[in-house]
Amino acid sequence: MVTFTTRALEVRLGRETVLRGIDSTLEAGQFIGVIGPNGAGKSTFVRALLGLVEPSAGTVMLDGTDLAAWTRPDIARQLAYLPQGQTLHWPLSVERVVALGRIPHLPARAPLSAHDHAAIEQAMQRADVTALRQRRVDTLSGGERARVLFARALAVEAAGLIADEPLASLDPGHQIDVMALLAQEARRGKLVIAVLHDLTLAARYCDRLLLIDNGRLCADGAPLDVLTPARLEAVYGIRAFIVRDPGGPMIVPLERDRNARPLQPALGD
Amino acid sequence: MNAPPSGTALSSAVLHREPRARLLLPVLALALVLSAGASLALGPVTLTPARLIAALLGHGDRIADAIVLDLRLPRLLVGLLVGAALGLSGAVLQGYLRNPLAEPSVLGISNAAALGAVIALYFGLSQWHSAMVPVMAVTCSILALFALFALAGKAGGSLTLILAGIAVSTLAGAGVSLALNLSPNPFAAMEIMSWLLGSLENRSFEHVLLAVPCVVLGSALLLATGRDLDALTLGEDGARSLGVALGTTRLRVLLGCAIAVGGAVAVTGSIGFVGLIVPHLIRPFTDRSPSAVLVPSMLGGALLLTLADVLVRLVPTSSELKLGVVTAFLGVPVFLVQLLRERQPW
Repeated sequence: MVTFTTRALEVRLGRETVLRGIDSTLEAGQFIGVIGPNGAGKSTFVRALLGLVEPSAGTVMLDGTDLAAWTRPDIARQLAYLPQGQTLHWPLSVERVVALGRIPHLPARAPLSAHDHAAIEQAMQRADVTALRQRRVDTLSGGERARVLFARALAVEAAGLIADEPLASLDPGHQIDVMALLAQEARRGKLVIAVLHDLTLAARYCDRLLLIDNGRLCADGAPLDVLTPARLEAVYGIRAFIVRDPGGPMIVPLERDRNARPLQPALGD
Repeated sequence: MNAPPSGTALSSAVLHREPRARLLLPVLALALVLSAGASLALGPVTLTPARLIAALLGHGDRIADAIVLDLRLPRLLVGLLVGAALGLSGAVLQGYLRNPLAEPSVLGISNAAALGAVIALYFGLSQWHSAMVPVMAVTCSILALFALFALAGKAGGSLTLILAGIAVSTLAGAGVSLALNLSPNPFAAMEIMSWLLGSLENRSFEHVLLAVPCVVLGSALLLATGRDLDALTLGEDGARSLGVALGTTRLRVLLGCAIAVGGAVAVTGSIGFVGLIVPHLIRPFTDRSPSAVLVPSMLGGALLLTLADVLVRLVPTSSELKLGVVTAFLGVPVFLVQLLRERQPW
């Protein structure tokens, strides 16, 4: 189980205040989508949750303890992170990449244990990459790569999974695959947090959305409560059509609204 | 997607290693032993295996003793130490910077060590005590390291580090050129020049003793970074999210390189390309993870330098070829082949 509580979280990068006054409680068993325009501070928010950037004010509490009091290896065992951009600098085999997920659990210079191997196998099965295990990652398609990196994150066996734009550069089929995998992990009791741009997929798969605009949390709640036409217009500057279909909601952006004005920050909803 | 497996068969769970990955270390070790034997036996005077073994066991004839124990053995040992240091440093830097073109000179460490040694030669410190050359080389490497920290900043990524390395390297190179430019007489300039070319000629056990502590300490620091380098495959955020303290990794990499390379450059002069070529040649025989390249690159570096040194002695020239010249000539074609492959990365 894993729980985050942020209190008046503020993050500065250089001279710029990227996040301010974020109060939120994020609990296990939920698939939480973090949405908002480019540059709104979504990535910085999840990086702050992971302790990769330090708050300039306020606190991030992980399981009731200030994140600053956690050691990096302890955080690494509690939270798995899928960074933006499918970064893989060396052409390792698929199973070597997945095995990297065991690093937080390995004592210095120890080889992989039987449990490590079992975790690697299970992660590859869940992400459906077992058949690719011997392939070099540079020979994979973008969708296969995404699943391999997903398996790498699962191999950590962490209680929390944080993914930064896991859908970037994937075709619609693979986007649905990844969203289904993330939702499945939440069903298994994990806390799953993903930075997303596709509002329809976010509305369909997430249990809850956090809408960040200009460094502030301006809406937090069930997808269709957050994604109102007025808010989409204010935050994204788009006129959008929201279809409540029995198969799931659809958010169809129609046109750019040049006259959109920034929404005043309103915490919670 | 799939139900979690209830009991995963461990037989299928063992990470696959290609046969050639398992053979790599034994093959390198065997090649190293053979080339070391060749290095002791071959030269202007060729020794039979029987005379060579007798000399090594301490009951050889006087000439064989002198050739093997006083001339060729220290030369071999210095070559092994320096080759291992350069090969390992290159492998670690490539892993750390995630840049297959990285090597000690990229960070300015080689040039800084060279500048330190040149200062020792130029100001006559080397005549005062022979240890002053390595001391100055390591000192300058460490100074270069502090300059790197200052220039790249505390949270600097690999790009800032490379740019800072270029700055430090250029500065050190300019210092060496200045020393040559201002050298009081042609003989001093010749001494600096011939030393800058890099050689194992006339190395004694004193040089071995100077190199051992530097190479051992530096290598120990560098070998401890293996797992961190593997984690860096996922990028800096990826590595940190796996619990890696990048500050510690960086300190180990930079100090390890400064000490190992500083010590190596100090006893042989600057020998280029070894740190670049060796990890490239080794990598296809491993699973390509940075940690798997480290120990083989040490052996490979030692092997390459030993073979190059044998070659230097066998090629009949009026004055003996300098080792740095040979490695450069050996290195360029290998480098070009790698460069062409880089277009299709790795």
